[in-house]
Order: sequence, then C-alpha cells, then structure tokens
Amino acid sequence: MSRTDPLRHIPRPPRPSALSNALTFGWRAVLKFRHVPEQLFDLVMTPLMFTLLFTFVFGGALAGSTGDYLQFFLPGILVQTVAFNAVYSGMGLSTDLGKGLFDRFRSLPIWPLSPFAGLIVGDLLRHLIAGAIILGIGLTLGYRPEAGPPGVVAAFLLLLVIGFGLGWVFIVLGLLIRTPTTVMTLGFTVLFPVVFASNIMVQPETMPDWLRAFVAVNPVSLMTTAMRGLMAGTATAADIAQALLAPALLTALLAPLTLWLYRRR
Amino acid sequence: MPDSTTTDLTAQAQTAAAPAIRTRGLVKRFGAFEAVAGIDLEVPRGMIFAILGPNGAGKTTLMRMLATLARPDAGTAEVMGHDLATRPDEVRASIAMTGQFASLDEDLTGRENLVFLARLWGFGRQAARRRADELFAAFELTDARHRQVKDYSGGMRRRLDIAASLIVTPGVLFLDEPTTGLDPTARQGVWRMIRRLSRSGVTVLLTTQYLEEADQLAERIAVIDRGRKIAEGTSRELKAATGSGFLHVTLAEAAQLDRAAALLEERLAMPVQRSPEGARLSVMARTPEAATAALGALAAEGLGLEDFAMGAPSLEEVFFALTGTPAPQTEDAP
Repeated sequence: MSRTDPLRHIPRPPRPSALSNALTFGWRAVLKFRHVPEQLFDLVMTPLMFTLLFTFVFGGALAGSTGDYLQFFLPGILVQTVAFNAVYSGMGLSTDLGKGLFDRFRSLPIWPLSPFAGLIVGDLLRHLIAGAIILGIGLTLGYRPEAGPPGVVAAFLLLLVIGFGLGWVFIVLGLLIRTPTTVMTLGFTVLFPVVFASNIMVQPETMPDWLRAFVAVNPVSLMTTAMRGLMAGTATAADIAQALLAPALLTALLAPLTLWLYRRR
Repeated sequence: MPDSTTTDLTAQAQTAAAPAIRTRGLVKRFGAFEAVAGIDLEVPRGMIFAILGPNGAGKTTLMRMLATLARPDAGTAEVMGHDLATRPDEVRASIAMTGQFASLDEDLTGRENLVFLARLWGFGRQAARRRADELFAAFELTDARHRQVKDYSGGMRRRLDIAASLIVTPGVLFLDEPTTGLDPTARQGVWRMIRRLSRSGVTVLLTTQYLEEADQLAERIAVIDRGRKIAEGTSRELKAATGSGFLHVTLAEAAQLDRAAALLEERLAMPVQRSPEGARLSVMARTPEAATAALGALAAEGLGLEDFAMGAPSLEEVFFALTGTPAPQTEDAP
C-alpha cells in the first residue's frame, strides 16, 4: 500500500471558469493532432486534387491558361476546403457521442458549451493548416495574391470566421445523427450542390438564368467573392459584410440550438 | 433568533444527514414505453448498493436519471441532499459516473485523458499531472499511462474509466455494469477496487445483471424488473424472504419430468424451475415439512428420484421466485 492513499478525500480545487474549461477542451483538440496526424491527410487530399485537376485539366479551357485559372480558382478552393473540413468535425462529434465520452462531459459540473468550444478550436486549427498547405501549393504553382501578405492574412481571418459559422451546421448534424458515415453522406449531399453551384470554379455567365440567380445569392459565392477581393486587394466593405452574413446567422441560430440539443435528455 | 438563520441551519443539517440517494416514484418514459415505472429508493451514505435486474429492466435508465443524463418524467430524487430537478449542477459536482461504454478518448494516452479531466475539474497543470499519476499508481496502470487508450485491454480500460471518475472523490459513484464483458481476473480486480473505494467512504451505486456480483459486493440489493422494484434487502434478507429453502430433485427418468413438475407445483403452490440440462427441478419450499410431503407425493405417484437436496436459495432462485422468469444468463460470470 502506498504511503498516501490516492482514493482518500482530496481537497477539491475551486470551480474553474468557462474560459478555462473551453481552453482545456481546445488542448484536447491539439493533442488529437499529435496522435492522429493522418487526419490532415484526409483534409488536404480532396482540395489538393481539386486544385490540381481543375487547374491543369479544365483551367486552360475555362480561363484561357492554367495560370489565369489558378489565379481565379485558388481563393475559392480555400472556401471549399473549409466547408468540407467542417463535415469531418461533425463526423468526429458523432463518433464521440456514440462512445459515451459525452456522457462523462455531461455529468461533469462544467460550462455546457465548452466541449463545443474545444471542437471549434480543433476545427480552426484544421482550417488554418489545410488552408496554409493549399496556399503553399498555389504559390508554388504560380498563384500571386496581389494584395500581398496583409491581404492573405485578412483573407485567412475571413476564412476562419466562415469555418466557425459553417462548423455549427455540422455540430448540429453530429448531435442529431448517431452514425458518423450518415453525417458524412448527408453533409456532402448538401455541400456538393452548394459548392458547385457557386462562383468557386467558374464565372456563372454561361449558366441558365435560374441557376445564375441561385449562384448570385449562394452564401458560398459571396464568401468566395470576398476572399478573391481580399487576396487581390479589391474587396469592398459590402463584399465582406455579405460574406459574413451567413456565418453570423448560422452562429446566432445554431449555437443556442446546439446547447438545447446537448442538454436535451 | 431570526427565522432565516434557523431555516438555513436546518437546511444544512438536512443536506449533511440526507441519504446519498433518495427517490420517490421516479418514472422515465420513452414514447409509450415506461422504462422506469415509479421507483422508490433510499441509499444510505457509504454503502455499496446494487441494482440487480435482467437486460432492459430499467437499471441503466434509472442510473442515467440520477446522474443528470436523463430527465425524469415524474417523481422526485435527491442525490447527496441536492434536488435532481432544481440543483442539477450541485448533483454533478457530487457524483461521478462510469457508464457501460468507455467514456475515454481512445486517441489520447491514458495519462492525457486523466490530466484533461483533472483540468476540467479545476486542477492546475502541475496538480493535474500529480493527481493523474496518483490514480495510475492506485489502479496499477502506471506502466501503461503513456499508451493510447485504444491499445488498452478491456480490464485496463475499465479500471482507467473508474479512475477517471475519481479525479475528485465523489459523494456517490455510479457504476453501470462495471464488470460486463470482463474476464474473471479483470472482474476480481474491479471488485477489489470497488471495495477499497467503499472503505474510503464513497457511496457506490452499481447496476449488475450478475447475481453473484450483487451477492459478493453489495450490502443492499434492489431487484428491478420491467421498470419496477420488486424486492429490496440484504442478500441474506432476500434469500430469507423467499422461504426457508429450495428443494432440488433429480428424476431417475427424464420422461417423467412434466408429471413431476406438475405435481410439485400443485403440492408446494410455487413455480417450478427446470434446469436446462438433465432432469432436474427446483422449487421453493416454505418449510422442510412441506418439502418432505412433496417428496412423499412423488414417491406415491411412482416417480423415482435419482437424487434430492434441500438448500438455501441462491440469488438465481430468489430472482426466479420474485419475477417468475429465469434469472438472466450468467454464463460469463466467474
């Protein structure tokens, strides 16, 4: 028997703050990167394939030259990367819920939103890493952001806000759906039309009227336009405001819904 | 003396003296199905209390309600003197629950899991590590602490899961089927841990479908079937309540099993339990005289016996007598 019995009543530390709880969950997200670095492979492969395929296969036909196309396409592929990445975090949440891990969190006296704050920290890290890799590849292939480093930093900040807003959609899906693969199937079923029927890959001029009307109001198009504008140094305040509209609305609606779904019992 | 002070003191005294768990008419419905159909329970502090019942009896649902994971549809409950409905956060601060499914992050190492939880409880970085290492030592997992949890064996995982519930010493520890799926050695290890915890003053409420587990560990047992409590007491009381003992008979000829069963049931007015293998019958006998008379009746009917015995009922037999259904399968019990 050890000298001090660890099962004795030990003095309890004071109740931690909500921020401390949230940071602890964020730390867990960071540890996950260390133990499961393969997850980055999944996250980067799809956008990487898209970048290379669209640039070299379709780029010349779509924009006259692969270089011009890359210049057009790269800011948009960053938006697509973030949107697709958000699906994976919904899958992760669904997996955690299936394992009883969240039962432990729910029976702890902690700030109820802190597990989600942790998920979001993980998401933002993923977005940053995946975004940086795509940008790096773009720069290698000849992409040049006219606005220089300040433009890139501003664009990445917008990208994180977009990722934050979209994240709620998949947190809600992850809470509602108990099978991770269903979260993925459903997520991509919604995302594919929304991402393709946007101005990410092509200018909408040749589309039929009804589709062009949709593309014009598609939040993904608005985000892409703002991203292009920030990287090129031509973004207006209105561009940025329109890009922020969807993330703001999603957060305002879905953060309370998340808390309600999580507390529902 | 002002009234408010008196009330406060009374309230405090009640909290201190309140039983670890007290429920009144607790109900949980899933649609039209009543998983828990009005359960009254009183668990004194410091006791190991077992909820025994077959699969689907409502054990887990009852425990989830007490751990604030499911909201009761009717009834009231207090845990360590805190009302479940109005003070869920105080309840959470005084309990810990280890569910049936590992509530650990498999990608992290064992130590990272415990440090993570300790940080959530409010320990500083150093204190969290120290606490985690203490628990690893106590649960004999020190060598495995830097391994990812997905590489742990079932028994190690269960021990770590229980350790994760002891970052701060809870008032009540809920253990939902703590040894289901463990091999006999691992099961003994978990039992040892539970007894040690109980000695340190923690109230332990555990669910089990293993009669032997309840018999071995628990000071009191509540038997639950189809959402209702059908009996409660010490293992000895439960056995005594069902009569002085059980008459076991082995027939010389298996073909006569039906006739013998019918006769015994008629004579002793008790349901007869057939052993699945062999021509063996077990039936509760209220008195040794009744048993003797029944044996005489069998002989008078020309039903030859190979063997007979009178014995105190096992918990299996108690369960059968209480529910009228055979005890849950215990083939992987030690």
